[in-house]
Amino acid sequence: MKIVKIIAIVLLVAFVGIQFMPTTRNQSDSVPSTDFMLVNNVPENIQKKLQVSCYDCHSNNTQYPWYNKVQPVAWFLEDHIKEGKAELNFNEWDSLSNRRKKSKLRSIIKQIESDEMPLYSYTLIHKDASFSEAEKQELIRWIEQLKDSI
Amino acid sequence: MKNLKMSIATMLLLAVSFTNAQEKEKMKMDHSKMDHSKMMNMNSDTKAEAILNDYFNLKDALVADDTKKAAQEGSKLAASLKAFDASKYTAEEQKELADIIEDATEHAEHIAKSDMGHQREHFKTLSKDMSDLIAITGTKNTLYEQFCPMYDGGSSWLSSSDQVRNPYYGSKMLKCGKVKKTIN
Repeated sequence: MKIVKIIAIVLLVAFVGIQFMPTTRNQSDSVPSTDFMLVNNVPENIQKKLQVSCYDCHSNNTQYPWYNKVQPVAWFLEDHIKEGKAELNFNEWDSLSNRRKKSKLRSIIKQIESDEMPLYSYTLIHKDASFSEAEKQELIRWIEQLKDSI
Repeated sequence: MKNLKMSIATMLLLAVSFTNAQEKEKMKMDHSKMDHSKMMNMNSDTKAEAILNDYFNLKDALVADDTKKAAQEGSKLAASLKAFDASKYTAEEQKELADIIEDATEHAEHIAKSDMGHQREHFKTLSKDMSDLIAITGTKNTLYEQFCPMYDGGSSWLSSSDQVRNPYYGSKMLKCGKVKKTIN
């Protein structure tokens, strides 16, 4: 029993301790002029869908719910965002060449089509981030159009 | 008491290894930046041929339905792409080449860490990049641009042989496709 107590205390201390370890917050006040929404003529419903479902990990600004400020959750999130932004950052869209834009759009379509994005671990908590079948088709159709216009 | 000490020690070790891992990652990134600046010196024609060669090996792995081999060839191709030297080309060509290389590198890197389905998706765009690359650099060998009308609304690839071996379907539809264009 004593051991259990000690372990519990140690875990608690560790848990409190890791709260002080630094994480980088993905937050920015300004939207750069290269942003996807600013350079493309995006219909409002598509805009909203992209904002809610994609921008948390694929832009310079994440909407953090409270539990994402608690370690070790924050670490996992930090990692996801880092990876997400490396793959695609909607804020820097217009800095890409046409070739890169087409490539990215193609990948976006494939990811949505195969339900790989948004991530399951993300939609589990962010219910409003998941796509219905109709929304999926609408989004894909619109992105296809954009791709063909480049 | 002994137990408490052990537990604390374990926690500390964990914490230390964690920070260590983060440091290592930082170092790795610095390293790749360094490699980037010092690698350009050889003749670019041979470098373009090396890229093509890796691309063909990747294609053969996809034809053979070999995910693991394709992943390895993807890494090799990414390395060859990064080693490309565009300095002897005109400013305009350099810009275009840098764009192609950047795009192709990303596809090669994804192929290095994906399953077969994804590898083939990326291979499609990669093939377009390769065609555009040799349109600028040229190549000393005769190449065949081949085309499969079934995969993803129609998809092309390059081959050094006029025999069609389909990298998008592998054994499922090995000979589906035709030669669309002969290069050189």
